[in-house]
Amino acid sequence: MASSVLADSRWIARGAERTSLPQFLLWLAPWAVVLAAGVYAAGLCLFYGLNQTNMDNRFAFGLWIFLDLGMIALGAGAFFTGFLVYILKRVELKPILNSAVVVGFICYSGAIAILMIDVGQPLRAWFTFWHPNTHSMLTEVTFCISCYLLVLSLEYLPILLRNRQLRKLPSFLVFEHQLHNLVPVLAGVGALLSFFHQGSLGGLYGVLRGRPFAFREGFFIWPSTFFLFILSAIASGPSFLILVTAAVEKVTGRRLVPQELFRRLGFISGVLLAIYVAAKSIDTLIWLNVTSPSVGFAPWQYYIYKPFGTPILFTEIVLLGLLPAFLLTYPRSASRRRWLLTAAALACAGVLLNRFVLTVQTLALPTLAFDEFLQYTPSWQEAASFGGVIAYGVIVYSLSYRYLPLFAQPKGQNTHVPGN
Amino acid sequence: MSARYGMVIDLDRCTGCGACMMACAAENNVPPVPRATPRTGLTPMLVRKVSNGGEGVDRREVFIPIMCMHCERETPCVGVCPQQAVEVDKATGIVMQMPQRCLGCRYCMTACPYHARYFNWWDPQWPAGMEKALNPGVAVRMRGVVEKCNLCHARLHSATQKAAATGKREINPADYVPACVEACPTAAIRFGNLADKHDPLSLEVRSPDTFRFLTRLGTEPKVYYKSKEAWVRALAESNSGSGVETKRG
Repeated sequence: MASSVLADSRWIARGAERTSLPQFLLWLAPWAVVLAAGVYAAGLCLFYGLNQTNMDNRFAFGLWIFLDLGMIALGAGAFFTGFLVYILKRVELKPILNSAVVVGFICYSGAIAILMIDVGQPLRAWFTFWHPNTHSMLTEVTFCISCYLLVLSLEYLPILLRNRQLRKLPSFLVFEHQLHNLVPVLAGVGALLSFFHQGSLGGLYGVLRGRPFAFREGFFIWPSTFFLFILSAIASGPSFLILVTAAVEKVTGRRLVPQELFRRLGFISGVLLAIYVAAKSIDTLIWLNVTSPSVGFAPWQYYIYKPFGTPILFTEIVLLGLLPAFLLTYPRSASRRRWLLTAAALACAGVLLNRFVLTVQTLALPTLAFDEFLQYTPSWQEAASFGGVIAYGVIVYSLSYRYLPLFAQPKGQNTHVPGN
Repeated sequence: MSARYGMVIDLDRCTGCGACMMACAAENNVPPVPRATPRTGLTPMLVRKVSNGGEGVDRREVFIPIMCMHCERETPCVGVCPQQAVEVDKATGIVMQMPQRCLGCRYCMTACPYHARYFNWWDPQWPAGMEKALNPGVAVRMRGVVEKCNLCHARLHSATQKAAATGKREINPADYVPACVEACPTAAIRFGNLADKHDPLSLEVRSPDTFRFLTRLGTEPKVYYKSKEAWVRALAESNSGSGVETKRG
């Protein structure tokens, strides 16, 4: 009897078609190898210290900070979809909500795991809560990310408890029901926390008076990058959800959500991206003409080092900003799946490039007149940890897809297919 | 009365001998790091060799000791630290680093425009027997925390204790001299209280030959430099000089 309960098919939702267990394990195997390599590399960094990385006193932040900022931006689809569904009542987006929560959970838990390796004294992480410097953007980021991961875990829990076997336990069923009632509240709290930490991640660099490439004036205590990060995150988050869902559809060979939902998400992403591009352009002009010269740095100084010339600015704003914004909102391109996916990929690449420029280019550029332009190549330990987080994400999502109902149908539109 | 400790480093006198770096390391228990590269070493005081980029008879070179500038206003590293491990001591103007509270996030290092903060990438280790020469007044920093120049704060502590023992509130200026100042064979590094109008340093910083690096950032550094060479003074601002670093340390 016990063996039959443990049988894989008993954990898959009734009526849902999934690949055989051996085939599923074969899919997971390479990712498990990458994850194991990542865990080993992370272990080396924790045991022997950050001398295992290629970071140094001048390049004090590296690949991991880029990964953190990138993942948190792309994971914004979770809170933003929740905000749209529960606060703005855009119920047509509900079919993708569970998937968005899992993507968000993966992005945030992965980012926090990397952050714990990235600090020199991980066991002192609690100091930030005990001795918080309320003027530091990093304090706000730490508080909000920790709280939001808790919110995401609470949002993930009801999805987890909807598993076919777990539902058989009455106490779990009641708990899941209670949690489910709480989800709209969690969505509101999550949106509030996310607005702040997405912004604070932008503020992290925007407040650096000593780094005129990143320093921005702003509103009250927040530099302009605070608002730009929020905008770019909520613009790229839906695009990333489109990409993830399309990738799952490709791998599983099944249509999971209606094409209309893709188009709707794409339109939201495109409009927000257009607003972001406009704001970013204005901000760049103010920075080039006012902010940077006022602290003694001529704008041309930033762009004389190859490959960080002006093409990178053009790529970020036009090729990976304006172009996808147009493709996502123009009805003819948005109605074609291939164009829609291309535009979503460009939008995601744009936000990643923005995070790369702000984290890596800022540190590479000289500040003193006799400084040199710096180069940095991540060590294999940094790259392997990076890969480990990606593998962790794929494994968690694959398991969630197999055993949990990630793509529910909206009410009244179709009959509920548990665990499709 | 609050002090504002600062320095003037006369670059025309600096020979690049590195005595200041050695004295700093010995005073502050900075461990030797054999595996360090020029970018991963621990050098709270770092002498950088800079040229004017010229060739032959047109070539000029200068040694520039770089250390924490003890910024007075909008101190870049203080505001960013998430757990208050960095603060400006109001009584002395010294930017203090508390390694015991440091998380090792290195946000302060990215914030510092002078690159004067250093991370302990390795466990501190000394060759056998050398640990007997450690300064008992300075705590050794552990792996994974940030450190920097604190103007030999242990010496200030000793001077304060000495003054207190004789019932005085103010220290005798002669009792508090940082190790680098003491060690410089050409007296290129001068130290004093900028809040004291009668201190020779307060007069010296008004000289037309003195300058500070990156003053337009508005952080009011308390470490001044001095040179009669116009091309050296032009290095003060980022886009006004044409210096090329040729060697460091």
